[in-house]
Amino acid sequence: MALAGPSRLQAQESPYIVTYDHYLEEPGNLEVEYFSTLGTQRGGHDFHAGWLELEYGATAWWTTELYLDGQSTFHDSTVFTGFRWENRFRLLQREHFINPVLYIEYEQISEADKIVKEVEGHDVEADHAVPNAEARQGHNHELELKLLLSKNFKGWNVAVNPLATKPLLPSGPWEFGYAVGASRPLALKASAQKCNFCRENFSAGVEMYGDLGDTISPGLHETSHYLAPAAAWNLPSGWTFRVSPGFGLNDNSHRLLIRWGVSREFTGFGETVSKLFRGRQ
Amino acid sequence: MKAVFLSLGALLLGAVLALAQADGSKARNAADSRFDYAELAKAPEKARSRRNPLAGEETAVAGGKKLFEQHCAACHGLNGEGGKKAPSLLVPEVQDATPGALFWVLTNGVVRRGMPVWSKLPEAQRWQMVSYLETLKTSPPSAGTAAK
Repeated sequence: MALAGPSRLQAQESPYIVTYDHYLEEPGNLEVEYFSTLGTQRGGHDFHAGWLELEYGATAWWTTELYLDGQSTFHDSTVFTGFRWENRFRLLQREHFINPVLYIEYEQISEADKIVKEVEGHDVEADHAVPNAEARQGHNHELELKLLLSKNFKGWNVAVNPLATKPLLPSGPWEFGYAVGASRPLALKASAQKCNFCRENFSAGVEMYGDLGDTISPGLHETSHYLAPAAAWNLPSGWTFRVSPGFGLNDNSHRLLIRWGVSREFTGFGETVSKLFRGRQ
Repeated sequence: MKAVFLSLGALLLGAVLALAQADGSKARNAADSRFDYAELAKAPEKARSRRNPLAGEETAVAGGKKLFEQHCAACHGLNGEGGKKAPSLLVPEVQDATPGALFWVLTNGVVRRGMPVWSKLPEAQRWQMVSYLETLKTSPPSAGTAAK
């Protein structure tokens, strides 16, 4: 059974936590990911927000992903804050100078959501100071669009992700944001032996993300921005560990967002599930 | 509440479509394989004539074998003999291809046919894989694979 098979598949994940490069999940593979954000909060209590991601490679040009979000605010409570359904579509068949991928996400989240997976419109630190009991009363249905632009050059990956979000219910103006990142593996050639600590298994980089206002009030006023070094460790067994301390760049930003994540890739998931339903050997 | 049901329904529909898509793309026959091999011939002349900068390096072959097992064997078979999801790499179409053409297909994938792009691996690692692929023409398949 592929899911329990030998370590034939090594995840080769970038260290980014917010930024996306143009690489999709391999077809038929399922990646199960857990990410955690520990955030400092002025004017309120620090929090720990976590999200579970189920990422599935439907085809070589389409990856679909389900997020389940939650958070614990210290001295307050723990709440489930909603779900997101994300789809990424590769627009061009082959590699080009810049490689575009279209990202479409539907979100149904409460205003208590604090994962800060993306920052858009006029999201600022003060939004997260509201007590959970009050914040969770507000629910948002949103459509989020991103254009994932990415390029590899001499071992480096550079990715730029402009984003636009449309609050559907309650309706609101289009909101804008961005994420940019650069990363590189620590070694470009693979060593001959199988190893966990080979330099090529590690990659490091930096991301920057923030919001850019909305159609009513575009610009940088009342916006927050973060700079986050990031590192990833890809194990031959398919596990990946990521860590990224994010530093707020202005007074509207959380001072510190410490993020980490763990993920495991399962090869042949689609085939296994279809066998279960069709009763094939 | 209605919105919740609509959302869950949309999610379920998406999951079913995604799984169906993956299942449909895995079945492969000889005619499918010909399309895959034809991709090698589409490599531009400039790409096809590129030489492997790691040619002749034993460590490149060993590293390439490791990379192949990690990234390719799940679909192409542990010894490149092919599988349900991807064609054999032991056939003349592949073994007679230039290193540059193999590198080009590795880099660009055959996205329509289900092979992802592998440019996420650094260029040196893709050349290592080409070095290993070229050794398959002289390596007999292992007993375990031959039995499949």
